[in-house]
Amino acid sequence: MKIREIKDLLEAEVLCCEEYLDHEVYSACCSDMMSDVLAYVKDQGVLLTGLINSQVVRTASMMDMVCVVFVRGKSPGLDMIELAEDCGIVVLKTNHRAYEAAGILYCGGLTGNTCKEA
Amino acid sequence: MADNITFHFDVHGDNFSSAGEASQLVKKKLRQLGFTPDVIRRVSIAMYEGEINMVIHADGGAADVTVTDEDIIIVLADRGPGIPDVELAMQEGYSTAREHIRSLGFGAGMGLPNMKKYTDTMTIDTEIGVGTTITMTVKHKA
Repeated sequence: MKIREIKDLLEAEVLCCEEYLDHEVYSACCSDMMSDVLAYVKDQGVLLTGLINSQVVRTASMMDMVCVVFVRGKSPGLDMIELAEDCGIVVLKTNHRAYEAAGILYCGGLTGNTCKEA
Repeated sequence: MADNITFHFDVHGDNFSSAGEASQLVKKKLRQLGFTPDVIRRVSIAMYEGEINMVIHADGGAADVTVTDEDIIIVLADRGPGIPDVELAMQEGYSTAREHIRSLGFGAGMGLPNMKKYTDTMTIDTEIGVGTTITMTVKHKA
């Protein structure tokens, strides 16, 4: 699925790196616990989260993710957006809640892989 | 590679939002040096977890990375409180992080186990009231 389709499915606003909307992603994960993202996630290109701090972007960057979706209408700060721009990570913002957003993407064809350890 | 390449960073303990800057820079450098994505990811995740730990538990410290012909060696040294029971600290899910750290998305008790998982060797040298030094290596030659 292209990031652009994620944006459309979630009726999301693009906050940065619009030029990468045509990148393909094959899987996603959803968590507010960055510790767990670092421990359990593998090869997921998209992170859905309701957590707002710069470590969300850094965690996504360490995991080679290409897109972060902030759920529940949460807005990241300017420093986070600048960091994401520097990392080349598309930042989206949706009003959907995490559970709904994950369900919409899953039904749209973006499955999550089995939770694999690295 | 004739000479080892070294990087040194001071990790500041008073600024949670800047935690991870050193790991991010190392990630960029390793990419420039042409390492495989797998090696880069393992080094940067292990170092990032360590950096977060230094900020959460030890009020910062120093991070040194050395690239040799065979390994990437990460040394994280702090002057924090030390780890009273290393075996316990290595258990998945065990954490002494306070509640506000959890609300920032960390402190799930996965840091040290994760660092061990992503690296080829890891040693912890710790003394109560003096500090902790963690040395990790990632082999980059098959």
